[in-house]
Amino acid sequence: MSMFSIFNVSGSAISAQSQRLNVVASNLANADAVAGPDGQGYKGRQLVFETLPMGSAASSGVRVTAVKENNDPLRRVHNPNHPSADAEGYVTHSNVNPVEEMVNMISASRSYQNNVEVMNTAKALLLKTLQMGQ
Amino acid sequence: MLANLTAGLDFHSKALVLRAQRQGVIASNIANADTPGFAARDINFKESMSAANSSSLALDGLRGSSTNPAHMATTGSSLGGTDSDRGLVYAAQSQPSMDGNSVDLDRERANFADNSVRYEATLRFINGYSKTILSAIQGQ
Repeated sequence: MSMFSIFNVSGSAISAQSQRLNVVASNLANADAVAGPDGQGYKGRQLVFETLPMGSAASSGVRVTAVKENNDPLRRVHNPNHPSADAEGYVTHSNVNPVEEMVNMISASRSYQNNVEVMNTAKALLLKTLQMGQ
Repeated sequence: MLANLTAGLDFHSKALVLRAQRQGVIASNIANADTPGFAARDINFKESMSAANSSSLALDGLRGSSTNPAHMATTGSSLGGTDSDRGLVYAAQSQPSMDGNSVDLDRERANFADNSVRYEATLRFINGYSKTILSAIQGQ
């Protein structure tokens, strides 16, 4: 195992974290979406991470195995004047909790930054190794 | 004669390979900081280093296969293949979490910085050693 495997490991983590940021973005974008005539509103999504073995026991990356939908009840608001209100005057919104999504976003961006820094350090060390004996 | 000259270089090169391995292990821990059920790992440097130094004598068992009698005899590397997984231990869990992940990001970041400094130190040892050998050869 050489230090080059660090780029694969951290690269897989970066792609997983950016996927997580993507999911957070679509959850936040749909936080106030209103259900259509079928009553099926937007359900928040979460990623499932899994360890991805990369050759030896010492190097393991990350992969996304599934996108799970949040099965919490959809948020119903009484607003009879809304064009999408049902017979009882309720409008169905998504079940996304914006505060949870913001926390998720900060966590994902910190993990992303950590992995970028790991790659930068590995690159600096490899460049210094190239100059060995000079 | 030449073996005596390069013995110190040999030691530092083994240390450098181990440092690179440890760097990879810590990078895996940081990459899996958000993976449920991931157990953080680390390399016991002292044990791995003494194992690498003692196994250099038993190297003669590892020879490359030759298909022609005219081929030169080759020896394998002491730190390749299955040897890389020796000395790998599970890191102690400092703050138990609900998802079974035992990565402590602060500790891993500190270990990563520590290991990169030590890697660079070993590189400088090697550079200094090779300069010493070169000036000894030139005899000036």
